[in-house]
Amino acid sequence: MSASGLGYNEQGGEAATEQGQEATPTTAPSVPAAFGLFSSDTKKNEDLKQMLESNKDSAKLDAMKRIVGMIAKGKNASELFPAVVKNVASKNIEIKKLVYVYLMRYAEEQQDLALLSISTFQRALKDPNQLIRASALRVLSSIRVPIIVPIMMLAIKEASADLSPYVRKNAAHAIQKLYSLDPEQKEMLIEVIEKLLKDKSTLVAGSVVMAFEEVCPDRIDLIHKNYRKLCNLLVDVEEWGQVVIIHMLTRYARTQFVSPWKEDGVLEEENEKDFYESDEEQKEKDQKVKKPYAMDPDHRLLIRNTKPLLQSRNAAVVMAVAQLYWHLAPKSEAGIVSKSLVRLLRSNREVQYIVLQNIATMSIQRKGMFEPYLKSFYVRSTDPTMIKTSKLEILTNLANEANISTLLREFQTYVKSQDKQFAAATIQAIGRCATNISEVTDTCLNGLVCLLSNRDEIVVAESVVVIKKLLQTQPAHHGEIIKHMAKLLDTITVPVARASILWLIGEYCERVPKIAPDVLRKMAKSFTNEDDLVKLQILNLGAKLYLTNSKQTKLLTQYILNLGKYDQSYDIRDRTRFIRQLIVPNEKSGALSKYAKKIFLAQKPAPLLESPFKDRDRFQLGTLSHTLNTKATGYLELSNWPEVAPDPSVRNVEVIELGKEWSVALGKAKKEKPTEKFYSDAEEEESASTTDTESESTSESEKEENGKEEGSSMENSESSSEELSDSESESKEGTAKKKFKTIEESDSDDPEKKTKMISKKKESSGSSGSESSSTEESSSDSESESDSESDVESRKPKNAIASKRKEMSVPERKASTKQDVSLLDLDDFNPVSTPVAVPTPAILSPSLVADLEGLSLSRSSVIDVSSPIFVPMKTHELLHRMSGKGLAAHYHFSRQPCIYGNQMVSVQVTLTNTTDQKLENIHVGERKLPAGMKMHVFNPIEFLEPEESITVSMGIDFCDSTQTASFQLCTKEDNFNVNIQPPIGELLLPVTMSEKDFKTEQGMLTGMNETSATITVAPQNSTRLVLLEKVVKAANLGVVPSGQDNIHRFAAKTVHSGSLMLVTVELKEGSTAQLIINTEKTVIGSILLRELKPVLSQG
Amino acid sequence: MIDSKLVHSTPPPITKWQELTSAKLEHEHLMMNLQFAKKIVTLAAVFFRWTWIELLQNRDPLGRQSVSSTCTPLGSTMIHSLFLINSSGDIFLEKHWKSVVSRSVCDYFFEAQERATEAENVPPVIPTPHHYLLNVYRHKIFFVAVIQTEVPPLFVIEFLHRVVDTFQDYFGVCSEVVIKDNVVVVYEVLEEMLDNGFPLATESNILKELIKPPTILRTVVNTITGSTNVGDQLPTGQLSVVPWRRTGVKYTNNEAYFDVIEEIDAIIDKSGSTITAEIQGVIDACVKLTGMPDLTLSFMNPRLLDDVSFHPCVRFKRWESERILSFIPPDGNFRLLSYHVSAQNLVAIPVYVKHNISFRDSSSLGRFEITVGPKQTMGKTVEGVMVTSQMPKGVLNMSLTPSQGMHTFDPVTKLLSWDVGKINPQKLPNLKGTMSLQAGTSKPDENPTINLQFKIQQLAISGLKVNRLDMYGEKYKPFKGIKYMTKAGKFQVRT
Repeated sequence: MSASGLGYNEQGGEAATEQGQEATPTTAPSVPAAFGLFSSDTKKNEDLKQMLESNKDSAKLDAMKRIVGMIAKGKNASELFPAVVKNVASKNIEIKKLVYVYLMRYAEEQQDLALLSISTFQRALKDPNQLIRASALRVLSSIRVPIIVPIMMLAIKEASADLSPYVRKNAAHAIQKLYSLDPEQKEMLIEVIEKLLKDKSTLVAGSVVMAFEEVCPDRIDLIHKNYRKLCNLLVDVEEWGQVVIIHMLTRYARTQFVSPWKEDGVLEEENEKDFYESDEEQKEKDQKVKKPYAMDPDHRLLIRNTKPLLQSRNAAVVMAVAQLYWHLAPKSEAGIVSKSLVRLLRSNREVQYIVLQNIATMSIQRKGMFEPYLKSFYVRSTDPTMIKTSKLEILTNLANEANISTLLREFQTYVKSQDKQFAAATIQAIGRCATNISEVTDTCLNGLVCLLSNRDEIVVAESVVVIKKLLQTQPAHHGEIIKHMAKLLDTITVPVARASILWLIGEYCERVPKIAPDVLRKMAKSFTNEDDLVKLQILNLGAKLYLTNSKQTKLLTQYILNLGKYDQSYDIRDRTRFIRQLIVPNEKSGALSKYAKKIFLAQKPAPLLESPFKDRDRFQLGTLSHTLNTKATGYLELSNWPEVAPDPSVRNVEVIELGKEWSVALGKAKKEKPTEKFYSDAEEEESASTTDTESESTSESEKEENGKEEGSSMENSESSSEELSDSESESKEGTAKKKFKTIEESDSDDPEKKTKMISKKKESSGSSGSESSSTEESSSDSESESDSESDVESRKPKNAIASKRKEMSVPERKASTKQDVSLLDLDDFNPVSTPVAVPTPAILSPSLVADLEGLSLSRSSVIDVSSPIFVPMKTHELLHRMSGKGLAAHYHFSRQPCIYGNQMVSVQVTLTNTTDQKLENIHVGERKLPAGMKMHVFNPIEFLEPEESITVSMGIDFCDSTQTASFQLCTKEDNFNVNIQPPIGELLLPVTMSEKDFKTEQGMLTGMNETSATITVAPQNSTRLVLLEKVVKAANLGVVPSGQDNIHRFAAKTVHSGSLMLVTVELKEGSTAQLIINTEKTVIGSILLRELKPVLSQG
Repeated sequence: MIDSKLVHSTPPPITKWQELTSAKLEHEHLMMNLQFAKKIVTLAAVFFRWTWIELLQNRDPLGRQSVSSTCTPLGSTMIHSLFLINSSGDIFLEKHWKSVVSRSVCDYFFEAQERATEAENVPPVIPTPHHYLLNVYRHKIFFVAVIQTEVPPLFVIEFLHRVVDTFQDYFGVCSEVVIKDNVVVVYEVLEEMLDNGFPLATESNILKELIKPPTILRTVVNTITGSTNVGDQLPTGQLSVVPWRRTGVKYTNNEAYFDVIEEIDAIIDKSGSTITAEIQGVIDACVKLTGMPDLTLSFMNPRLLDDVSFHPCVRFKRWESERILSFIPPDGNFRLLSYHVSAQNLVAIPVYVKHNISFRDSSSLGRFEITVGPKQTMGKTVEGVMVTSQMPKGVLNMSLTPSQGMHTFDPVTKLLSWDVGKINPQKLPNLKGTMSLQAGTSKPDENPTINLQFKIQQLAISGLKVNRLDMYGEKYKPFKGIKYMTKAGKFQVRT
């Protein structure tokens, strides 16, 4: 009980209520004043007991608060156990919570009594409310009473199959608790971990990986199947979970992939990009097998998926990603982490300290990473010393010929710092720079000699030590410096410095023949008062002088040896004995004394001035062990890369097979996936719009079209707008969409589930149809839905309510499954939390639209890609026959959806042989594509007869930009550089949509997304037909039926990203027109606007 | 038809469940006495069951013997215990998430503290024979976490900072007194933040739903009605897909304020030239909007932002592709974004300091004069100017006269501070006088470094400008406000 609490009480009960305003929970305002009068502890506890027995909740609460106060102060409150535990079933939540707090603290000590509470928890574990279940599990597992281990085990098993992800999360936490209570349960717990690892909820992922790390970090085999899922979920996991998962995956990757470092030179961006390119690239690859290292796509997946986390606000996450890049990424890519690490230096001192240490280790090995940020490590006078020294360490590591002069100037300021410890460290740093960079050795040495006249002893001493080391590396010209230092012996008192000077004089005694004996004389005088370190060096000096100049120093040396013989330190006595035997000739010391001179005056190797962080890289970065530079308990060694990668197929979860089957089944003319599953898989996980999901959606929309062929476009669009609003409600909560997507991806783990997915998809597209007027369809749809219903339900996390609602109508159930899809079931307990209100499409935010793009739903069902209205036959020259040595090439845009990839524009290239010889082996050579651009080339043409021409098609992904794609067109003999620049109008695919949809979409793409211009329209263009013709000729747009004569609308979507491009031409009086373009791709929009202007204004 | 059915049939079951639970609880309470008897019966049943199992497993029925042996710390905890220590070395709060760690473990900490002389220099990681002590020092309190096994140190440090932030958020200030006064709330919060040493709920929005922060009003109400701080409604945030936002937020005035605050970190050398200067900025938001608003914030010149870190609510993809901040905001105050302005942009230094500080070898008097003036301020006033300087140890006293503002010199800590206030460009503030040095000591090697603080309102020195803020998802029209400010960060002038 705090003193303040007592104070209040003493003032009397009447005042207590008013006091309550400032009173704290610890004070007990409603407690009778009498309590304050009791002073002894036992008495007070009696009162507490009484209060706990009382019928009033307020009294109990006050008692509990006081008890918690006691616990917080570390006072023993265990004797209250029986009184407290009775209240575990209290109705009052706060009392209950405080009892839990108490239980967790004392249950271990009072095991018998603690059992009294168990039944309450067991009952709560069956509670329909997930939060009650979760908290019951949490407290139950926190009570460290071995008897209840079996109960806990049961509870964990049950909870791990709970429908609520929150309960499962708590189950994962409980695993660790149980394991520490009873390690014998390990095997059973591993089973539970295995099960929970398969969980698809982001809520569970972090906790279960944590449990995995605690219980069975060596069971790497459990991760295989979940690896890709974890990578994909990572962004959406809560931040603490991210740290744990990243560290675990780092270890995992080190055992599963081969080193990407072996030939970092060869390994280039292009190489990796190839990898992720679609299948056809593969064939080409096979032709040039020369590339020896290819990164496993799973390896790449991890590296790619962790990158966005560098932007996290959580320093631990950023550091985790940084160490992952350091340990796993190709050397050329690790550099991207430096910027984020430097950002962390703005954080609190503790974070700075850890980050600086890690940077120090990194900067030793790869200077280049942090060189651009040199100035961020400049020291401020307000930094704490430990930060200063770490920064200094990094600056020293980064020093090179180019920046050393600026650095030395900076160091000069530091040397003068009032923080002497730091000044000394700076001198060390200067010494290191001097040895590492030979250009500045002399400058540094001179600077250090100047420091010898500094007033501060620590600075001088440090300088002496450093100069000693420097002189050793440069044994040439230093008679003067040694003389100078010999003089310092009179003033310097720091032992290390004195010892250093003595050693120097001894070592180079032949260069200072006059001074050396004199120094020895002086030292002999003060020998007894010296520090051990100095004494040893005096002995050394004596021995060396004895050997070189025995005439002058023989007696002196013997005197010193005698002094040493009776020294208190056995170390010195030993040394004395040893030296005497060695140098003073007598009968016993036969053989060795001949070599004494060689022994003492041998050439000594120069000391290496190294960073103290030199050997830290043996520890994984970002770990406690790294910070301490010793192995901490429980540190898991990062294994070396395997020579040969273990079978990568263990991570495969049969999904591609199915995808293929499916697309075939749907009659989609899709190119066969390559035999290697990986590539397609990796591609599938590609961030924005994946081939897989897109093909899904396309096929889905196709399906839809097939289903209601006769359905007018009007109806079609209506249903699609419905659907849009549907999916909107679903994805309303920001990240839900992302999660949703990842779920879909990870869902595909299992063939069965996949089929379910499909059926569900069909269902959703179908059901949107059902909402439209056609009732027949709706009935058939709901039928198919109920087929798939049961298994979908059983698979998804559902809850008591969901099952209760099973009786309800079909669309009702549909809604519930839909919510299940959005990962977390909210409907269970708080109706407010579920954003049921379906907003009208008008306020659908563009962000949602953008986010929806990646999903397989929505977009394609809203707007269907249609065939082009007009295919211009205009050809562009690719290669003139003169420059092509007879080979001529032209290209034109076929405006057909490209068969090579959904994001590609198809280009028809016509090759003509104008020579009179056969041209052989025409193929595409080296490509120079801007970042992100991809290209699918035509198959090499074996030969082309004279005067013959051939048309081949290519696919180019321009990434929605008008950048040129440059490549080489090669024949057997020659290479020609050619390039294709797409007109903006060719980067589009026409879409059909209703006027209503158009307006809806347009309404969403206002503001920044709108560009417009007023133009003068040539009179002949003002008729509808001409205008349409002109526009579609210029750009691959689809015509939107318009109700008004003077307004013409066109719609398309960009090939790469699928963003809508809406063009409106509104004819006004006086032959002017308003040209409006709405698109998210504002750049393309404005270019298109510019191109369309002349088309309409000129005749 | 179908539609209407759906709408009507959804909500009732949920409320019914809630009623049911509370009814059940009430019943439980009434039957308190009966229950105790019942409990004993159940207990007996439990006992019987487990004794039986234990016997089958041929172990001591109570398993008591195995307590000590099996309870060996296998290190299944990240953060084992937490001690709060004040500057005078008293442990005023301890919390254990697993078995109790004796507070004697803190002796190692005290040792390190003694060695470090200054609180700032206490190493954040202290190894002891059986534990590791990780600490952060904030608000004159050491938060010492005890851990037993390998763990990323930043994980613990970041978490401890989050704890401090939470306390600050709850109580307004985080000090020893406040923590002692609110010990129960502190305990409850800590209980929710960590489960078995692993962070559980760290978002302040969720925590506030679980445990209501104390306010004067609530304390009064609580004393009268006997109600509690603990949220009676179970929180939803943790389970929702927007874990950072409370549900059911309602305001009569819907407002969203954004403060763009930029700090200049700079080191200026003796001659006034810039050694290093960078701009770090943050956008702090105070959003009080009803419902689930979806906001987008766009910049006129997003290219300026070089390195950014986001609140988890920001959609990363959208930023990557369009440089637009799109997010569902948390309720209340939060830091939306922090950024760094790319190094290519030269930093306009808004102030200059003219200084003339000299010590003479022979005399015990030194001269001291500094003048502060504006430079490149884009026509804005520089205000809140504050000059501090750590004088060398040899300085005994200073007699100075400022042309404006107040100045103090603490002869013990040797800290000179001068509160200048606004800079009037017509009449530059100036501080002039003499320093008296300890007789006999030699002159200091180094002139003191001058630290500068200032503020410029209505200016983001990098030139960053917010273009527009749009809200989707809700129908009302919010009041939107954007404020710019430039401040000195770590702004030092070497002399």
